[in-house]
Amino acid sequence: MIEARELTKVFSDKKRGEIKAVNAITFHCEPGEIYGLLGANGAGKTTTLRMLATILRPTSGTAIVAGYDVLSDAQNVRRKVGFLSTATALYGRLTAREMVEYFGRLNGMDGESLRHAVDEIFSILKIDEFSGRRCDKLSTGMKQKVSIARTLVHDPPVMIFDEPTAGLDVMTARTVLEFVHTCRSRGKTVIFSTHIMSEAAKLCDRIGIIHDGSILAEGTLKELQRRYDTADLEEIFVQVVGGEQCLFTTQ
Amino acid sequence: MSFHNAMIVYRKELMDSLRDRRTIKSMILVPIFIFPLVTIGMSYLSYRFIGQARREIPHIMVIGGEDSPNLMAKLQQFKEIDIVPTNVNYTAQILNKKIRAAVRVPQNFDALLQRGDQVHVSIYYSKEEITSQFAADTIAKFFNDIRDESARNALVVRNLPASVLEPIVVGKENVTPPEAEVGSVVARLLPYFIIVLCLNGATTPAMDLTAGEKERGTMETILCSPVSRTDLVFGKFLLVLTTSLTTAFLAITSMSLCSMYAQKLIGAGAASSLPPTVAFRAIAAVFAMVLPLSVFFSGALLALALFAKTFREAQSYVAPLMLLVVLPAATSFLPGVELNFKTIFIPILNTSLVNKEILAGTYHWGFIGLIFVSSCVYATVAMSYAVRLFNNEKVLLRA
Repeated sequence: MIEARELTKVFSDKKRGEIKAVNAITFHCEPGEIYGLLGANGAGKTTTLRMLATILRPTSGTAIVAGYDVLSDAQNVRRKVGFLSTATALYGRLTAREMVEYFGRLNGMDGESLRHAVDEIFSILKIDEFSGRRCDKLSTGMKQKVSIARTLVHDPPVMIFDEPTAGLDVMTARTVLEFVHTCRSRGKTVIFSTHIMSEAAKLCDRIGIIHDGSILAEGTLKELQRRYDTADLEEIFVQVVGGEQCLFTTQ
Repeated sequence: MSFHNAMIVYRKELMDSLRDRRTIKSMILVPIFIFPLVTIGMSYLSYRFIGQARREIPHIMVIGGEDSPNLMAKLQQFKEIDIVPTNVNYTAQILNKKIRAAVRVPQNFDALLQRGDQVHVSIYYSKEEITSQFAADTIAKFFNDIRDESARNALVVRNLPASVLEPIVVGKENVTPPEAEVGSVVARLLPYFIIVLCLNGATTPAMDLTAGEKERGTMETILCSPVSRTDLVFGKFLLVLTTSLTTAFLAITSMSLCSMYAQKLIGAGAASSLPPTVAFRAIAAVFAMVLPLSVFFSGALLALALFAKTFREAQSYVAPLMLLVVLPAATSFLPGVELNFKTIFIPILNTSLVNKEILAGTYHWGFIGLIFVSSCVYATVAMSYAVRLFNNEKVLLRA
């Protein structure tokens, strides 16, 4: 499971001074659950997820991921996490198989067990037919499948998805969303960030609406609908983050 | 630190780099072809041009001499020059390369020589033109031979031995061992080339594995794997070091083979070629000295390029470093710059100087030890800094 406790990240900028990107966020996500972080661009979603994946170190607060503290046991946290975002690209000069095997080895796998795991994922994701092609020669959809295989090769109990459908066509995005759904079915703890309301509504068991680095509202879709007296998640979101931020309404 | 993980990273980086055209160019093609082509090719071409200039029979203008039939007869018989008609514009003709040189013979040359008076002959040539210089040398030799013959005849008339002309014969014996003799030529160039090539070989992969990864978006991918930042730096560092040393090794091998071939081609004496045993020992020692320097370059380049967001930006950071390396390395060419207790602590210059000595067959073990240790210290500092930067998320995720 994931448990974020007062997770805070402050960046210092020469021109803008100190910027609090994430402000004392607290939430938790259980195995077999998808927790959605719903927020606009710059709300603090990526920073939060990067802290959970130990790519960034929290300024204060901490998080427990699969039983390990992100501050004191970052390496073990990374062993238990599969992290997928649009920023996690593939090595273009490696083939799909070499890419996935490389990450398997970095996760302590080797020999027959690695080969078996890679074969199995490639078969499920239908990567076999292009497994020998270099990643820079693959289409966007193929690349996304290889990225998914890369996150799954060591069968991590925790999956973190940072806007995984951004920039993808409908069919590829659908494949990714199906994969997120499969992760839940397999009992994995899943964190999913997005700014697309329909994705959050369709996938997430619980949703945290994040704005200016803070979680302003949290609950299941039904709870949120009840609380804000509307069925439309977009409407709920606008109410939570402070309402009429539409360009045309200010005129 | 886990050596196993660092080796996983290293093997992947090696495979990746060997598929990168830029790395192949800088690591293999440049040292094998470009440097030998530039160095050996230039010397071979200059040898060809000089040979051609030497073989040419120069057009020479003789000004005066009409009253000296003996001299004119000898000049006509002298097969190494071609006498052209006299013209007042001899200077312009030399500069326009119509003639190679002109010689002014004083009035009554034959008579003056017969009388034993001192005769002044002037040769006109262009110092800018090597063919003109050779022509001037040829005509000067002609008159020197006449001078010597005239002096010998005068001695015979006076019943004096020829040794009167040269009462003391000064001989010079070279006591320098063959390797040092070779060293004086090779040692001046090779240490410089090795150092520059070590840097050159390390540059492209260092930028590719840092700024290149940021630009391609793979930095975040590797950062979310369980490999520690230290293992990651060491894996990358080992790859940069490999390319750096491979570049230097290939360049030395290629240059040695090319120089052997070129010497064979131009028929240079055996003394100017590096004896195999000397070559092996010296080059092994040079490599041992270059190793910490290469570590220093690899660490420094990784750290420097990590600040950049893109490969192009990294190139602009690395360019000044090239200058900082080339300058001290080239300083070892300067006359009077020698190993002493000041120069042994100046990075790059110290290695360049000690390699010069090693290739010349001189092993100052005290200096060698101190330089090796000081280079190791600089290398450790550079590596520690690179590791520190890889743990700095601000630098690592700068976008």
